[in-house]
Amino acid sequence: MSLSGKSEIIGYERADGRVGIRNVVVIAYLVECAHHVARRIAMYFPDDPVHVIGFSGCYPNSYADKMMNALCTHPNVGAVLLVSLGCESFNRNRLLANIEASGRPVRLVGIQSTGGTGHSITEGKAFVQSALSEIAHVPRAVLPFEDMIIGVVSGGSDATSGLTANPAAGRAFDKIVEMGATAIFENTGEMIGLEHHMAGRAVTAELGNELIEAVNKAARYYSIMGHGSFAPGNAEGGLTTLEEKSMGAYCKSGSAPIVGMIKPADRPGRKGLYLMDIVPDGEPRFGFPNPNDIWEMNELIASGAHCVLFTTGRGSVAGSAISPVIKICANPETYRRMEEDMDINAGKILYDEATTDQVADEIVEKIIRVAHGEMTCSESLGHQEFVLGYKSFEPIGPACLPVG
Amino acid sequence: MEKLLRIHRDDNVLVVKRLIGAGEMMRFDGEELVYEYPIGLGHKIAAEFIPKGGKVIKFGIPIGSATEDIPRGAHVHLHNLKSDYLPTFTLDHEFIGKK
Repeated sequence: MSLSGKSEIIGYERADGRVGIRNVVVIAYLVECAHHVARRIAMYFPDDPVHVIGFSGCYPNSYADKMMNALCTHPNVGAVLLVSLGCESFNRNRLLANIEASGRPVRLVGIQSTGGTGHSITEGKAFVQSALSEIAHVPRAVLPFEDMIIGVVSGGSDATSGLTANPAAGRAFDKIVEMGATAIFENTGEMIGLEHHMAGRAVTAELGNELIEAVNKAARYYSIMGHGSFAPGNAEGGLTTLEEKSMGAYCKSGSAPIVGMIKPADRPGRKGLYLMDIVPDGEPRFGFPNPNDIWEMNELIASGAHCVLFTTGRGSVAGSAISPVIKICANPETYRRMEEDMDINAGKILYDEATTDQVADEIVEKIIRVAHGEMTCSESLGHQEFVLGYKSFEPIGPACLPVG
Repeated sequence: MEKLLRIHRDDNVLVVKRLIGAGEMMRFDGEELVYEYPIGLGHKIAAEFIPKGGKVIKFGIPIGSATEDIPRGAHVHLHNLKSDYLPTFTLDHEFIGKK
């Protein structure tokens, strides 16, 4: 599949050279105590792309810090309003400096120093208003498809997920990589039993070992959490073996070579297919690695994903702040019930109305249209989900990003 | 409408996308096969003869080994397919148990 005959994607050029497909004003609260003020400011702009993100914890956490810095300088973000209570431990000055250095309009409103809720809302609202008119004039630039980064997650899976939406997303990933762009899959917990297959796709043996280690880490972590989904012999819906069950999720990654492994908020170093290791390092400390689908999407976006593919069988309605989410529905019955939430009806494969390959083409086509500015279903419905909590990671080793 | 779906070109099993009823007859290259019990959405049917010990391929990868000769058209499930992974997984469990 080629892009010939299609107009170029014209994105939003940022001072740091990256190009986004959206031009969002982010309002970021830096502790839960500032959340209300942030939300109230956003409520003045129901029809503008003004998204609320934030970190609720008062104790410092380097993972959350890295996530917030990456998200506030994401290419889809045009301007940032930081809302701080004042006494929280988040390093707001460094975040402010990083956003300033990225060339974006930014303002820090400290609730305590500004004089409380009302004054802070007034000041924040005025900044968002001026930021919206300022970023309306941000330079436009061609975004070559090869510079796009696409993530994939699944949520609300059922027996049809591994039959329709996930294989179609996987084939779409193959096409995206073939077209020279970057694709990221995640959730090593779903790859238990397949680590050797995955390692065989790695571009170097050293990277393969890293991938195996990441899955082993996930198996151990989930066992300690008491997570039961790895018990073999789950025959529900016709699944016979653990590797078969895992494969239903893993097939979202397609069949391209794996060029690297990153952790949340790491930027992929070269084009191609990446695994994101979302399971924290060290002894389990803060709970489940992926308490919900939203957090996984937010991590992909922090690594630069311009948009995220989301496969669902039972029917998730989730979207995300900052980057559009393309919903791929695996189950034709679910699609019939929840059509307004679904961008792609992969369940029609079961009705012989399309092949997996045709649905994959539809997905790639949709990505290009969304990059051109077409709203996804969750965007049109106003979804802007965001969640961020505590995690701890060691930096990735050199074997994770082979040069080449 | 076809009742069976081939997910990957390399697969030697097909997936049921419409319930095959008890007593229903299906044709494989002209050969007729009658199913004794219903086989539901998501279950697997052998697309070709799979010898005992042979790999069962779904999604283009081995999902386990046949524990007996599986004729074409037969239901593939716990009675004739076992995981190749289970021993490794058990070892992991022992490792965790030791800490």
